[in-house]
Amino acid sequence: MNSNSVKAELPSRTTLWSAVTRLLRRYGLQIGIVFVGIFVWLLFLIGSPRTFLSFPIYSSFMSTTPFFALMALPLTLVIIAAEIDLSFPSIMAFGMTAFALVLTRTGNVALAFVACLLAGLFAGWLNGIIVVRVGIPSLVATLGTQFFWRGVVLVVTAGNGIGLTSTIGTVFHEGVAGRIGGLVPAQMIWTVAAAVVLWFVLNRHRFGAHVYLVGDNVESARLMGVNVERTKITVFALMGLFAAFAGFVVSEEVLYFWPTLGEGYLLNTLASVFLGGTSVFGGTGTIFGTFVASFIIGAINAGIVAAGLTGFWTNVIYGLIVVVSVSLQAVLSRKLAHS
Amino acid sequence: MDYFLQMRNISKTFGEVKALRNVNFEVGTNEIVGLLGDNGAGKSTLIKIIMGYHRPDPGGEIILKGKKVEDWSVEKARSYGIEAVYQERALADLQPLWRNIFMGREITNRFGVLDVKKMREETDRLMRTTMGFTSAAISADSLVRNMSGGERQGVAITRALYFQAEMIILDEPTMGLSLSETKKCLEFVEDIKKAGKCCIFIDHNIYHVYPVADRIVVIDRGMVAGQFYKNQVSLEELTARLYLVAQTGRLNSNGEAGAGEEPRGEL
Ligand SMILES: Nc1ncnc2c1ncn2[C@@H]1O[C@H](COP(=O)(O)OP(=O)(O)OP(=O)(O)O)[C@@H](O)[C@H]1O
Ligand SMILES: [Mg+2]
Repeated sequence: MNSNSVKAELPSRTTLWSAVTRLLRRYGLQIGIVFVGIFVWLLFLIGSPRTFLSFPIYSSFMSTTPFFALMALPLTLVIIAAEIDLSFPSIMAFGMTAFALVLTRTGNVALAFVACLLAGLFAGWLNGIIVVRVGIPSLVATLGTQFFWRGVVLVVTAGNGIGLTSTIGTVFHEGVAGRIGGLVPAQMIWTVAAAVVLWFVLNRHRFGAHVYLVGDNVESARLMGVNVERTKITVFALMGLFAAFAGFVVSEEVLYFWPTLGEGYLLNTLASVFLGGTSVFGGTGTIFGTFVASFIIGAINAGIVAAGLTGFWTNVIYGLIVVVSVSLQAVLSRKLAHS
Repeated sequence: MDYFLQMRNISKTFGEVKALRNVNFEVGTNEIVGLLGDNGAGKSTLIKIIMGYHRPDPGGEIILKGKKVEDWSVEKARSYGIEAVYQERALADLQPLWRNIFMGREITNRFGVLDVKKMREETDRLMRTTMGFTSAAISADSLVRNMSGGERQGVAITRALYFQAEMIILDEPTMGLSLSETKKCLEFVEDIKKAGKCCIFIDHNIYHVYPVADRIVVIDRGMVAGQFYKNQVSLEELTARLYLVAQTGRLNSNGEAGAGEEPRGEL
């Protein structure tokens, strides 16, 4: 009764308000993460105005954040599908091992690049097969393959790295690690492109719809005819493909492939996905959230250095971000379940 | 009679549990079949085999419109015009309504690109028509999680009716529904009959099943205990027989463990 009379008096305001609440409900997480981003940025701006008002720091963000953003984006799909992948740091190195092998034997960069992507795709696909066909929880399966592929890399390379200066001047080097217009790192363009493509795949393609359904309620999905196995295997394969590509980008940026490549990427990649609002329980998450969160994570690293703290602090903060954002999700989902 | 579906010698074993044993079962092209049986009798298992969710033990046959089916899957079953409202509803709680309606059967172009706008519009339309949702708080983007039990059921039923299925399977669709919603659901079943389609209707309440079914099949401990055409048995007789089944596993008192295929005329 009461609300009816209010509605009658203030129709425009009520509809506006309901539109706002609807938008908030639908895009709340995305809006939230943007505010977190702005907050962190203002914090740095106040703390170190000289650094954060000049372009070089942003150029440096755009060159280093893509290294893990390129993996956080596909990892978002893995986690939405209620799975996890811990093996991608090793797949980065495995892809580059394939690259190095082909390059040293043939001298053909294009062929080596294809080998790198195929190796990543294969390693990711294998994760999917182990999880789906053998039925091992992905946490354990990919922990195993993480050590396995790192071991393979070390055995094959005998622990020796290789220089990549021979790739300078090829489209492969300039294309992923050059500077567009002398300013914008090429890897940034790839990251934006990956975000757009993966957003499309997740939100506008049947495969993406199935990723959400499989992560939300795998039994319902199966009962309604979703091919759960194929969806999961594809998600893992995509992850492997992107990990190999990220490994290539990192190596081209520094023009060297170390067999330890990938170490140090697990935590910031996971932190980006969870901070971006993707639920550890599966079924929800956005590419946009992960994209923004990746840059927050990247900025935190730069901020720590700028603030004069040692790099050791980075792990403390990333670890905290993972625990806090996952805890928030747990509390929130319990609240919602009871309401 | 023309059969839409025939199942021959279907068995299903889960580890130690024999959920179904040599079941023969058929549904005519324009027939409403009521499926009755105690908890754990194997009704849901049977319909999940029809839907391609479970694979029957070797030796069983599924025949669709006179043709034996191979490599059966849910995707195939649905593409052949079979839809189901499962007992567990098969919804995805964290997804909006429109994704639930089109779960596993999204509207896409030939490259698999979703037509989100169309799916939202269709969901909106269905909400106002078939589902009869009047609450302004629910839209095509509402999460299923926030819906009441009856509303969730409405979603599952609407989804099954949407795709113009030739056969609709309803596994305890009235469970938890209010009186008026139950009535609406039973009217849906009658509409299926009128539209010349067929239906398998599972419900523990024989007062729901009896009026709408053409034939009633009783399953007991994984076996077909017997079946009746409605015109052969009154509601009172049927009730008495069901008590007998519960006590003895038999439909009639003269000792036949009715696994027979022919409806019993001697009741
Ligand atoms: N996936 C499964 N794994 C193991 N056992 C199962 C499975 N599904 C069903 N069963 C068993 O098979 C038997 C038949 O179950 P089913 O669900 O078909 O019964 P129902 O007739 O539908 O019962 P209700 O009326 O309670 O729904 C039960 O003993 C059940 O425990
Ligand atoms: Mg059942």
